[in-house]
Amino acid sequence: MTEAQQFCTFCLDGLFFGVEVLKVQEVIRYQQMTHVPLAPGVVEGLINLRGQIVTAIDLRRRLGLSPRPQGQLPMNVVIRTGDSAVSFLVDEIGDVLEVEEEAFERPPETLQGEARDLIRGAYKLDGRLLLILDVERAILCGAGSFLG
Amino acid sequence: MSLSDMDDVLKEFLVESYENLDQLDADFVALEQDPTHRDTLAAVFRTIHTIKGTAGFLAFENLERVTHVGENLLSKLRDGELTLTPEITTALLGMVDAVREMLGNIEETSTDGDAEYAELVTELTRLNADQPAAPVPAAEASPEPAASALPAAEPEPVAEVTPTDEPAPSSAPSSSLVMFHQNKPKPQAEPAATAGGPASSLVMFNQNKPAASTAGTSSSAPAREASVPDAPTPPPPVKPAAAEPAPVKPTKAGGPGMSEASIRVDVGLLDKLMNQVGELVLARNQVLQYASDTSEPELLATSQRLNLITTELQEGVMKTRMQPIGNVWGKFPRVVRDLAVMCGKQVRVEMEGKETELDRTIIEAIKDPLTHIVRNSVDHGIEKPEVRVENSKPAEGVLRLNAFHEGGQVNIEIVDDGGGINPAKMREKGLSKGLITPDQASTMTDRELIHLIFRPGFSTAEAVTKVSGRGVGMDVVRTNIEKIGGSLDISSEVGRGTTLKIKIPLTLAIIPALMVTSGGERFAIPQVSLLELVRLDGEQARTAIERIHGTPVYRLRGTLLPLVYLNQLLRLPEDKESTSINMVVLRADDRQFGMIVDTINDTQEIVVKPLDKTLKDIPVFAGATILGDGSVSLILDVLGVAQQGKVVSEVGDKRLVVAKPPAEEEALERHTLLLVTVGEQGRFAIPLGLVNRLEEFDASRVENSGDRLVVQYRGRIMPLISLAHAVGGGYGAPIEAEQDVVQIIVYSRDEQCIGLIVDQIDDIVDERIRIEKRSGRPGVGGAAVIHGTVTDILDLETVIRCVDPGLLDTAPMEL
Repeated sequence: MTEAQQFCTFCLDGLFFGVEVLKVQEVIRYQQMTHVPLAPGVVEGLINLRGQIVTAIDLRRRLGLSPRPQGQLPMNVVIRTGDSAVSFLVDEIGDVLEVEEEAFERPPETLQGEARDLIRGAYKLDGRLLLILDVERAILCGAGSFLG
Repeated sequence: MSLSDMDDVLKEFLVESYENLDQLDADFVALEQDPTHRDTLAAVFRTIHTIKGTAGFLAFENLERVTHVGENLLSKLRDGELTLTPEITTALLGMVDAVREMLGNIEETSTDGDAEYAELVTELTRLNADQPAAPVPAAEASPEPAASALPAAEPEPVAEVTPTDEPAPSSAPSSSLVMFHQNKPKPQAEPAATAGGPASSLVMFNQNKPAASTAGTSSSAPAREASVPDAPTPPPPVKPAAAEPAPVKPTKAGGPGMSEASIRVDVGLLDKLMNQVGELVLARNQVLQYASDTSEPELLATSQRLNLITTELQEGVMKTRMQPIGNVWGKFPRVVRDLAVMCGKQVRVEMEGKETELDRTIIEAIKDPLTHIVRNSVDHGIEKPEVRVENSKPAEGVLRLNAFHEGGQVNIEIVDDGGGINPAKMREKGLSKGLITPDQASTMTDRELIHLIFRPGFSTAEAVTKVSGRGVGMDVVRTNIEKIGGSLDISSEVGRGTTLKIKIPLTLAIIPALMVTSGGERFAIPQVSLLELVRLDGEQARTAIERIHGTPVYRLRGTLLPLVYLNQLLRLPEDKESTSINMVVLRADDRQFGMIVDTINDTQEIVVKPLDKTLKDIPVFAGATILGDGSVSLILDVLGVAQQGKVVSEVGDKRLVVAKPPAEEEALERHTLLLVTVGEQGRFAIPLGLVNRLEEFDASRVENSGDRLVVQYRGRIMPLISLAHAVGGGYGAPIEAEQDVVQIIVYSRDEQCIGLIVDQIDDIVDERIRIEKRSGRPGVGGAAVIHGTVTDILDLETVIRCVDPGLLDTAPMEL
């Protein structure tokens, strides 16, 4: 018996990512952000989400990808974390996809760097791979290293 | 019935019972004043009856037994067969305590404990003895003679179920309850409606006026009577929803019933509502801005209406979090009564401003400190009746609680007319406890001596009683009050009594802050840390900041102030264009430093929101807030900034002019003295604690009023005294023509400010120095060697009295 799972998908530097749909609180357009000095580099800023202050994490930087081109505004994927929320900044939002468990495969050993820790594996879809982001690890971003 | 339903029932029973018990305490004390007040007696009876009934259903045998005997006694009191005596009151209060204890047990272990309270039961039975009551089953305990103007039907709680082992509300459910009483109901029968939230964080609303008092048998009453007797029949497991109507609305003549319009609301829900209303306000602001650009009348009208409604909604939601301070005070009459009885004293409690409202978080925070102060006042303040009579005071002491709003703060005064604090005794005690040195003791003012009460390890009671006097009191009280941004002051007159004044903010969540900009970002600085603002323009901007081996400093009134550049600290881009320097003088850890920012904007009331855990580790931020335009701004943690800027850890001197007097502790351990030059008399020192402010006035602003020199200062007329003449004798001379500015030391007492003219303010020293007592010259309290020179220390009060004894007693003059 196979379990189907739903993923909220998005694009990052040409890669196709997904996070479990149940962890996503909402997806919103680019928001004005307040820069946080001394914060870890991956923290892009703070967003006012209807009165809740949400930390925005730039996933490109988090995954060690190339910086977002100038002028391209990221989207926010707001993730529930216990009682608060964190926003992932992504390039583009895709559909919610339902995928079969058997299409899943762990990342190959050759995958190196930051991504190795953050990508749980990939679903083999028609023509492309859906990379599954480890949300919990992605949120834990170098806390404590702010003074570098 | 599901497990969670049973939990709910149990929780509700506990919450409701605790609430009712709190009311009982007040009721009993009221009954002592008027032992025959039937309504109150009936209300007390009903409460106990309700608890007993529920206890029976839930199979809490001990609880049922104790309440049962109490109920029997109460029923006689209510019917006038017995009259309330202090003995009975004490026994009944004992029962209330026992019930409370058992409820505590139920909460923790789901059983009512092993204690049988045999003594209490015997005592209650004995008091009831002139007509010993046969044990009556719960359901029959209530029948009332129809002739009685009292409740004909005892609302039996329609409960419920056997207890489960789920721990119910926190140990003091009432502590996390918000009660709204717009009227003064007897909260006997609270509607049992539940919002379904956790019982430990509930809010009670009661917006209704009490029911008309005389119409004893309203049309609805008979129906209730009819329905209620069904209730006690064997516990059909009823869901809470079904149980709701039962314990309400006694059909009582002459007494207001609590209305069903009270509901309990989860506090978390209220917080959420508040948040959303905040957002609505921001959205409203944007709509208004947009609407003002258009000429469409309909949009304009609609946005106006939106504006109005939003404002009202915001006020309403803010109100839901507010609680009257009476909720805390409510238990004081009982506390005072118990204590007074124990100490053999007579104390009357007077309360004013019970309805003064505070945010519930503050209410929580001040509960214990207030209780402690009240206990202290009764235990140490008010004397025994015989002593009072000897001193020709009424035998009954008065403890007055007074609360009122003033200047965006809540003021609470606790006044007793007891013996007051004897400064001489304080001095002795301080010496014997080693809190102060003999040198210090000799120079301390009465005020300082009285303030010793706030030092750890201090206790003045002749006898350490079980109530208080263990010496761990007032310092903790002060710490707790200061923790919530409040302040505490005490004044006392021997033989006349003691007054404690507490000032606390209305709410913790909203703080006043100064907004600054640096590197294009806006930051909020909590005003509590803010001392002053300095702006350096033109020439000054280039030269005023000096460097000691690369470290920037600024001479603030002659003393070096270490500087921190916010842009550098936060690695923000430098503002290269500005020609002026904006400095915010801050205090952290009793040290002062200047923080250079690009621009100083304005002050705002901000709502503090915590930062996400990824950012919690950045020490320079205390949180974040949302500004009026919807953008997020970071709140600076001043202590963190000081630490990052290496200001706090640095060894340096503390010799800075302080806007506020330093903490008493400092003044005691060391002497902080202001050095001034006064005419030909040379240098004098003034204890800095006595100096309110240092001011500089244009000589032209000094005016003559009669034979006095005065200056307009903060909307008032401040009399001026020339220290040179005062020390040399005489009142004061006209300001010499060649002087441009006059240096003034502002001394204030009881609202009255007095300016002392000096020639020059030299320095502030904060050192351990030996002060030699010396008399001879008027107004000189002693002398010490400061910086190698013998310096006279002025006793300002005496100086002022020498010049014009009336000055210190003058009422403040409003312009």
